[in-house]
Amino acid sequence: MRRIRRVSLVDIILLAIRVVVAIGVVIGTYATLSAGKLTWEQWRDLLIFGVAQGSVYALIALGYTLVYGVLLMINFAHGDVFMFGGMTAFFVADALGSSGFLDANPIVGMAIVLVVAMVSSAAVAILLERIAYRPLRRAPRLVPLITAIGASLFISNSVRGLYGEQVKAYPQLKILVGKFEIFGVGILKTHVVVIVSALVIMAALYWFVEKTRTGRAMRAISEDKDTAALMGINVDRTISITFAVGGMLAGAAGVLYAIVFNQVHWFMGFLPGIKAFTAAVLGGIGNIIGAMLGGLTLGVLESIGPNLLLSGLGVPSPNQLRDVVAFSVLVLVLIFRPYGILGRPENR
Amino acid sequence: MAHMLQLDDVHTYYGNIHALKGVSLEVERGEIVTLIGSNGAGKSTTLRTISAIQRPREGRVLFEDRELQQMPPHDVVKLGIAQAPEGRHVFARMSVYENLQMGAFSRPGVSITADVARVYDLFPRLKERRTQKAGTLSGGEQQMLAIARALMAHPVLLLLDEPSMGLSPILTEQIFAIIADINAQGTTVLLVEQNAQMALNVAHRGYVLQTGRIILSDTAANLAANQQVRQAYLGEI
Ligand SMILES: Nc1ncnc2c1ncn2[C@@H]1O[C@H](COP(=O)(O)OP(=O)(O)OP(=O)(O)O)[C@@H](O)[C@H]1O
Ligand SMILES: [Mg+2]
Repeated sequence: MRRIRRVSLVDIILLAIRVVVAIGVVIGTYATLSAGKLTWEQWRDLLIFGVAQGSVYALIALGYTLVYGVLLMINFAHGDVFMFGGMTAFFVADALGSSGFLDANPIVGMAIVLVVAMVSSAAVAILLERIAYRPLRRAPRLVPLITAIGASLFISNSVRGLYGEQVKAYPQLKILVGKFEIFGVGILKTHVVVIVSALVIMAALYWFVEKTRTGRAMRAISEDKDTAALMGINVDRTISITFAVGGMLAGAAGVLYAIVFNQVHWFMGFLPGIKAFTAAVLGGIGNIIGAMLGGLTLGVLESIGPNLLLSGLGVPSPNQLRDVVAFSVLVLVLIFRPYGILGRPENR
Repeated sequence: MAHMLQLDDVHTYYGNIHALKGVSLEVERGEIVTLIGSNGAGKSTTLRTISAIQRPREGRVLFEDRELQQMPPHDVVKLGIAQAPEGRHVFARMSVYENLQMGAFSRPGVSITADVARVYDLFPRLKERRTQKAGTLSGGEQQMLAIARALMAHPVLLLLDEPSMGLSPILTEQIFAIIADINAQGTTVLLVEQNAQMALNVAHRGYVLQTGRIILSDTAANLAANQQVRQAYLGEI
């Protein structure tokens, strides 16, 4: 019996990747910082923007993780659930905005828009589970994955056809123009609103999952469906509720996304959806706190990363490489820590 | 009224595997009935069929004259049938206390304080560990928790699948004493056991299951005296 495992080619390649990534990070960072490419204020704004978009990713990522928790399945149509809420609420926001209601009653107006988005996303999520996934509950795991991709195309193209192809600009609220002074630092009001809303929603979700009866039922199902049923839990209904909750978070994310980026369109579910999936994997799929941390981490990496690593190396427009950074993170996580920051290695 | 529980020619399959080949049995109110049989005989499948986790392809399961075989499992629990499944299946990532809360899930809106106190009385060890994650309990402690969790449902019929599995002889004695105690307080028990000796000691009646069929049924005393049972299940030569 040999005690020492032979060093395989794969080990060497993995080590080489680590070394290259480490060297790249060190050299890039050093070059950028020593060249003084960005001012401290610019870095700070990038960080805050990163946290704002990261909160949006986190809200979407929670939907992936909740569904994975109860069904061990990746709902690849979740990005479109997010898109659907943002798009549907656009019409309400637009109507409220052009009638002047939104600026007259900004809080009530935003609450209405948010509720519309959450309800419509939740409705799509519930239908998705009922129609596309539940009949396949006992099918091999590849089958619902294919259905999910089909459902994703179905939702996005339905919206494209029914709501129109063009990019739609959300009405901008007068009270959200400009900056708040917080500890002497000027921060865009939109960013403050997005970050605070996301944190409140995430705290509410955490409370729901940890402290309520339905939350406990969701956790029981995620551990063991048959035993959950033996406790008297209605498994099918709880799974529907899980989809609904994930949908509500995604709908809220749709509105927050519109506040940060000002616009919505039928294709907007795609990239944020995949990035939120990346965030969920980064945090440890199935882990709620992990999805929150993963979302924030990815959002910040994506806004600071390209500038920090690439601008010093003479890359002309590093911000165009933000998606490259995001997906490099996904690949690196999958290689080196497939169970994520907070995930359990034994996770089935 | 008829029997509390009656299985009538029940056939249950796993895909093509014919696990129960026409099982018929009855349980009367107030009894302890045991189901013995060797590995793979279909004992767990019988309990899973009663709890509606597994659907029979043929036959009927009647509880208080209601048919269970088409009911969703959570409705079966609401009728007062709780099960402590084989292999414990505690919720590993939940605390001991949360597991007990889950046991009372079928009784929403009711204070569970008194019930928790009662099961802590039966199993003082669980009280010491109430905030600990169930996955970090020892095997025996998990078994106690699985039984305690089933009791939290206030069952009128308690299904126990190998409650002594993995327990020390002393703990096994304790568990059987508790089963007798629960029964004396009015809960009907259907007990599946590998430990046929102990099971026949505590039970009123018993059934012997072999490859999906009931081959014997009698009072516990008669079964314990039966030559065939003594050879096959009580380790006599
Ligand atoms: N999930 C399953 N899929 C396929 N076959 C199964 C499944 N569960 C049980 N079986 C088969 O059904 C038959 C009865 O199994 P069951 O678990 O009811 O036996 P048992 O009497 O409880 O045995 P043990 O004493 O080992 O617990 C066995 O032949 C078993 O292989
Ligand atoms: Mg068994």
